Amino acid sequence: MARKLLLTHIDVPGIQTFEVYRQKGGYRAVEKALKTLTPDDVVEEVKKSGLRGRGGAGFPTGMKWSFLAKPEGVPRYLVCNADESEPGTFKDRFLMTHIPHALIEGMIVSSYALGANTSYIYVRGEMMPQIRILERAIAEAKNAGFLGKNILGSGYDLELYVQPGGGAYICGEETALLESLEGKRGNPRIKPPFPAVSGLYNCPTVVNNVESIAATVPIINDGGEEYAKIGIERSTGTKLISAGGNINKPGVYEIELGLPVEEFIYSDEYCGGIAGGKRLKAVVAGGSSVPILPANLILKTLKGDSRLMTYESLADGGFQSGTMLGSGGFIVFDEDQCIVRNTWNFTRFYHHESCGQCSPCREGTGWMEKVLHKIEHGHGAFSDIDLLVDVSKKIEGNTICPLGDAAAWPVASAIRHFRDEFEWHVTHGQEAQTRNYGLAHYADPLEPVA
Amino acid sequence: MLSVKENEPVVFTDEMLGKFAEIVARYPEGRQKSALLPILHEVQAQYGWLSVPAMDSVAAYLELEPIEVYEVATFYTMFFLKPQGKFVLEVCRTGPCCLVGAERIMKHIETRLGVKEGEVTPDGLFSWRGVECLAACGYGPVLQIGPEYTFYENLTAESIDKLIEDLKDKAAAGSR
Repeated sequence: MARKLLLTHIDVPGIQTFEVYRQKGGYRAVEKALKTLTPDDVVEEVKKSGLRGRGGAGFPTGMKWSFLAKPEGVPRYLVCNADESEPGTFKDRFLMTHIPHALIEGMIVSSYALGANTSYIYVRGEMMPQIRILERAIAEAKNAGFLGKNILGSGYDLELYVQPGGGAYICGEETALLESLEGKRGNPRIKPPFPAVSGLYNCPTVVNNVESIAATVPIINDGGEEYAKIGIERSTGTKLISAGGNINKPGVYEIELGLPVEEFIYSDEYCGGIAGGKRLKAVVAGGSSVPILPANLILKTLKGDSRLMTYESLADGGFQSGTMLGSGGFIVFDEDQCIVRNTWNFTRFYHHESCGQCSPCREGTGWMEKVLHKIEHGHGAFSDIDLLVDVSKKIEGNTICPLGDAAAWPVASAIRHFRDEFEWHVTHGQEAQTRNYGLAHYADPLEPVA
Repeated sequence: MLSVKENEPVVFTDEMLGKFAEIVARYPEGRQKSALLPILHEVQAQYGWLSVPAMDSVAAYLELEPIEVYEVATFYTMFFLKPQGKFVLEVCRTGPCCLVGAERIMKHIETRLGVKEGEVTPDGLFSWRGVECLAACGYGPVLQIGPEYTFYENLTAESIDKLIEDLKDKAAAGSR
């Protein structure tokens, strides 16, 4: 059995409550940090752990923390990004629903490390039930003396609040999130200045994903070096993967980084194989923004190595033949799914969610949606496929925030790997309305396509 | 749920004002604008949507210009700027849910309720719309119903029919 650090006690009845969580060893990390470690010690442990941001970007958390400016007399803030909105991703919802105290404990440890006395958990507004769960957990922790003034007699004060969003994917981008937390539209800010220097209310701020913050608990309990022993190379520790789509066992799984993708898809311990005995066509491995890969390339790299669930292995081959671990939103497509229709769907999503600040994104996503709609509905031309590639290239890299890239990559990768399916939609416009293209060359197990 | 009409002035109850004060206390002095989204959620939970007079009253309460409230209310998709059915069925329409049949579910809801996306049923009980990813991709197809945002997962035509009947019963019980 794989080691679990975040979901160890997931099956314990009542683990949502402070009492049971505490009985199972909860809040030991707070005691250890506040009583035996300095804030800098905590930062050091997180650096040693090699923990990388679990929201999608994979930036080393300890390094992000060490960039935090500390001018005298200016408050510092920790803001937890619980705006989980990346299609395919539902791990943070799972963690907050079932083990809310893991996040609260992580928030206390992390806030202490950063010297924040007020911290916010920004939860997407649709997760109202989770907001209520977190508010209850905060009240319990405060009641037990783990929040408020002079926590455990350490002299450290912390207040923790939950903030609801309003239904905007863009607020998962950290500067848009801060704008939203200030009561404004979620328009991303131009960087620099980075939030570490000027974030919430123009004060130094760290924004971290739910899972990253929860991971600081086992890191402090066991030490950063122990955490770093799990995983491979620069992909240390465990990761929550939310698996959905056409699989037998959709759900949230905690894996040790380094698990082979093939095992994750087919093993009964995880996804349990493709639903209905069908064959695998494609996978979006890290949330809708990362490049889609056909079956042969998700199972093996172009070099023929077994593809692993790590930041490095999934990215092997760059965007030509690789993808990204991203947020861990693992979407599986069976042989009966239409890549063109899904690409149109994802593009509609990005068009809907573009904040509208930058014209390449605002206009480009709209154009891509229209052109994809045309192809999907049997009215496309060959030139439309090239037009999509052209528009996607003109969005990529030309926007304030990464939403533009996130909209461009799925389109570019779908055409890169499934061009014949797009062309078939053009040549067989009518037929494409009644049946799907099927597997063609993407079937497993096949040799990689050069 | 309190009712509010298009141009009716809105005066918040003491209970609501108490909640607002609790929310404003979460932020540093002078940063009460941060309370805008949480307060708009409270107002929508009370009235079912955000009328212009309701937004104006929020602006007055938070000492903001009305435009500061309008621009936020129009940006975030959770806020309704016109009256809705008592129950708004919001169905996830994004990729992962479509892989497991969300499009069929939306079609079924449309047929069952007899109204198009965004319209209200003649009895005022229901409206529905497709929304973007609700972060529940492993349990799709899914829908949510505010203001509690209760989740209904692994939807089928049968479970939709039952849900609609249950909500009708709930409404009938509430009005007795």
